[in-house]
Amino acid sequence: MTAVASHAHPPTSTGLDHRKIAIWAFIGSECMLFASLISTYLIYKGRSVVGPFPHEACNPPVCATHLNPILNIPVTSFSTFVLLMSSLAMVLALAAVENKGKPGYEGLLGSSKFWLISTAVLGITFLGCQAYEFTSFVHEGLTIRTNLFGSSFFTLTGFHGAHVTAGVLWLITLLAIDIKRGLGPKDALLVDIAALYWHFVDVVWIAIFTLVYLIK
Amino acid sequence: MATAAVSPSYARTSSGSPSGIWSWLTTVDHKRIGTLYLYTALAWFAVGGTEAVIMRMQLQGPNGRVVSAEVFNQLFTMHGTTMIFLVVMPLSAAFFNFLIPLQIGARDVAFPRLNAFSYWVYLFGSLFMNASWLVGMAPNGGWFGYAPLTTLPYSPGLNIDFWMLGLQILGVSSLAAAFNFITTIINMRAPGMNLMRMPMFTWMAFVVQFLLVLAFPVITIALVFLQFDRFFGTNFYTITQGADPLLWQHLFWIFGHPEVYILILPAFGLVSEILPTFSRKPIFGYPVMVYSGILIAFLGFGVWAHHMFAVGMGPIADSVFSMTTMLIAIPTGVKIFNWIFTMWGGNLRFTVAMKFAISLVALFTIGGISGVMHASPPADLQQTDTYFIVAHFHYVLVAGSLMGLWGGIYYYFPKITGRLLSEKIGNWHFWLTFIGVNLTFMPMHWSGLYGMPRRVYTYDAGQGWEIFNLMSSTGAYLQALAGIIFAYNIFRSRTHGEIAGNDPWEAPSLEWSIPSPPPDYNFETIPTVTSRYPLWDIKHPELTASVPHSRHGDERNDVSLGGKHVGAFHDHMAAGTPEGGLNPNATQASSKVSLKTAEELGIPMPYPTIKPLWVALFMTLMFASLLLIHKDKLPLAMAGVVTFATLMTGFLYAWLTAPLEPHHH
Repeated sequence: MTAVASHAHPPTSTGLDHRKIAIWAFIGSECMLFASLISTYLIYKGRSVVGPFPHEACNPPVCATHLNPILNIPVTSFSTFVLLMSSLAMVLALAAVENKGKPGYEGLLGSSKFWLISTAVLGITFLGCQAYEFTSFVHEGLTIRTNLFGSSFFTLTGFHGAHVTAGVLWLITLLAIDIKRGLGPKDALLVDIAALYWHFVDVVWIAIFTLVYLIK
Repeated sequence: MATAAVSPSYARTSSGSPSGIWSWLTTVDHKRIGTLYLYTALAWFAVGGTEAVIMRMQLQGPNGRVVSAEVFNQLFTMHGTTMIFLVVMPLSAAFFNFLIPLQIGARDVAFPRLNAFSYWVYLFGSLFMNASWLVGMAPNGGWFGYAPLTTLPYSPGLNIDFWMLGLQILGVSSLAAAFNFITTIINMRAPGMNLMRMPMFTWMAFVVQFLLVLAFPVITIALVFLQFDRFFGTNFYTITQGADPLLWQHLFWIFGHPEVYILILPAFGLVSEILPTFSRKPIFGYPVMVYSGILIAFLGFGVWAHHMFAVGMGPIADSVFSMTTMLIAIPTGVKIFNWIFTMWGGNLRFTVAMKFAISLVALFTIGGISGVMHASPPADLQQTDTYFIVAHFHYVLVAGSLMGLWGGIYYYFPKITGRLLSEKIGNWHFWLTFIGVNLTFMPMHWSGLYGMPRRVYTYDAGQGWEIFNLMSSTGAYLQALAGIIFAYNIFRSRTHGEIAGNDPWEAPSLEWSIPSPPPDYNFETIPTVTSRYPLWDIKHPELTASVPHSRHGDERNDVSLGGKHVGAFHDHMAAGTPEGGLNPNATQASSKVSLKTAEELGIPMPYPTIKPLWVALFMTLMFASLLLIHKDKLPLAMAGVVTFATLMTGFLYAWLTAPLEPHHH
């Protein structure tokens, strides 16, 4: 056969890469996953029969010992800000990959490696804040077994933390590829789908931060 | 019809389609994966059917002593779980795999290796769940596994652990497959195959993938809660800690009701392929058939609490869910009537496939009507937890889904294997199934209305239930006989069936334009599609000429394709000089050409790979390690989880970094 090119893969129906469509389908599925977790948290809000509680203090005789409101809004506000900034770094990482070598993308601020590292480090910082939060809750007497609030809170935020962890591993993998052979415009899709996932995890956190931490 | 040749009408290509076990373990070909799904699901059908027969032996007469109450609980739980998750869903997946790429004119699915992964996860997950029989601890909490009944204080054994971990594994398979098929249908349609030209089966498959993507995460979370409760002592289903006893029921049925449409819509799609072919008419009201399928799926997410009328949700919730449930009868009724109008005035050919398809239309309607009956809460309060409900959902799932799937197997077996199933043996299979199904499930309406509860392992004489139970058991034995005949038909026809040729039924869609079985690359040249019935346009233009809407109104909308006016293009093809990709000679049943290999044609084919199998295996073992928590061996369990998770991730990286296919320039 001479017309080899005619037998290569035909263009896709939408013009988009398969992976781009698949990641959107995956995100749709993840929405239902977090919707189930968040709904359960909200349904169980205020139903715990023993403390500690998220927003209310609990004193004897209702609770055996004095318990403070447990959610640490300042620390979580900081970690939320960190996660939001990681999305910004992710956008800049994608831009750096798409525009590699173009004017305006020289030096550190035009380096995809720098922005991928920044995104990952900000993600790890968020996870560090979550680890600090979980540890301090346990010290204050709230574990996943203590009450309904503990069960639904740790499961919801733990699932989110697991998603951030998976995202960090994904970013480190991209970084490894970048260091090994360099990511250029033709690899933009690899970074693009990771970015879509990362932004999704970020958006979910905004919902969790509002519904769990801010609304009393 | 087929010629009486002794071998397929072309020589099987050697390159790219080797045989032997290794080629099956490493295959990424959607047709081979579909075949694996088909035979695995049929094997589990034999297991699930045997479980049903044992239950019917137990219930044949009053005070039966075949099995104990505990074994009976395990039997009905595993019968339901097996038939839903290991039989009907994978049989549908067999058709998704085999047909979607062929019907849209593609060479494979979007992610061939992910497709292999889905199958292996299904296989290992099904083996894991059934391994519970070997330790005598099969799941025993019903296929719906209501918590708190399934929490540790009430179900202390390993039974529920096998069930919840098994479902979790199977969910991964369904979700991975759903992402794959959504991408395939959106992105890999042949030129001209716009959405409103897709065959009805592909449309219903498309709808089902969205149901899977949106429904499965909900049961995943419900199961995660149950796992945490059982393994780590959380309180999601602990009533004394303030938990809501209805949380599981809500989460389960938000998944469970869409699941019902996941089970039936693929069968609807198959029937919508079979009826037009054997009526020699295009499907009646194609756009409405598409829209009603979408509407069924959409409404399917708003009716879940009709499974819970008996729990006391109050009059407002009961009324709302009653009305939304009755609404679903409208799009479903539309489908039933459109099938009838498709047959109306048609030139009917009563093949076995056609008989099964017509049975679905007739018998599903019975299940649909009893469904509308218990959409009314006052009626449901009388019927709930009785055999009336068992009668209802077996009419929907056996007389509905399975009848459609059996019809689909008779219709597509020649495309899958190159040989026709025997119509003579098939008639025995059909009539025994038809009589057996009705004899089994029709009397259950009466035993239910006379008050016989579901899930009882025995009953006393003198309550007026004996005759109905005897009839049901007799029917079940007939169905078992039908199943054996079906197995014999498949076994025999694989080697001795009539040679099918490309298009034994003179059907309208693309999959019949290529050889049977298709070469590994499916289409030598990707076809260009100009209507809903590309093959009829070429071979039977008289069948589509008088049906204006069969062309999706291209003429009315003055659409042009490739610089030509579509209407003119279409008429040109009908006159017998087709243009575009489809070659009428390629559709001749008796063509004696030896097919070229993908290599000779320069078509890049994906490499075979074993890695998806390893990833699936280690994922299954990772979940299986959790069973050790139950045995108070938490450190060992965690060591297992970490080991297998590491192995899984390692093979996943190896899979993702290996190239899919040779590079072409």
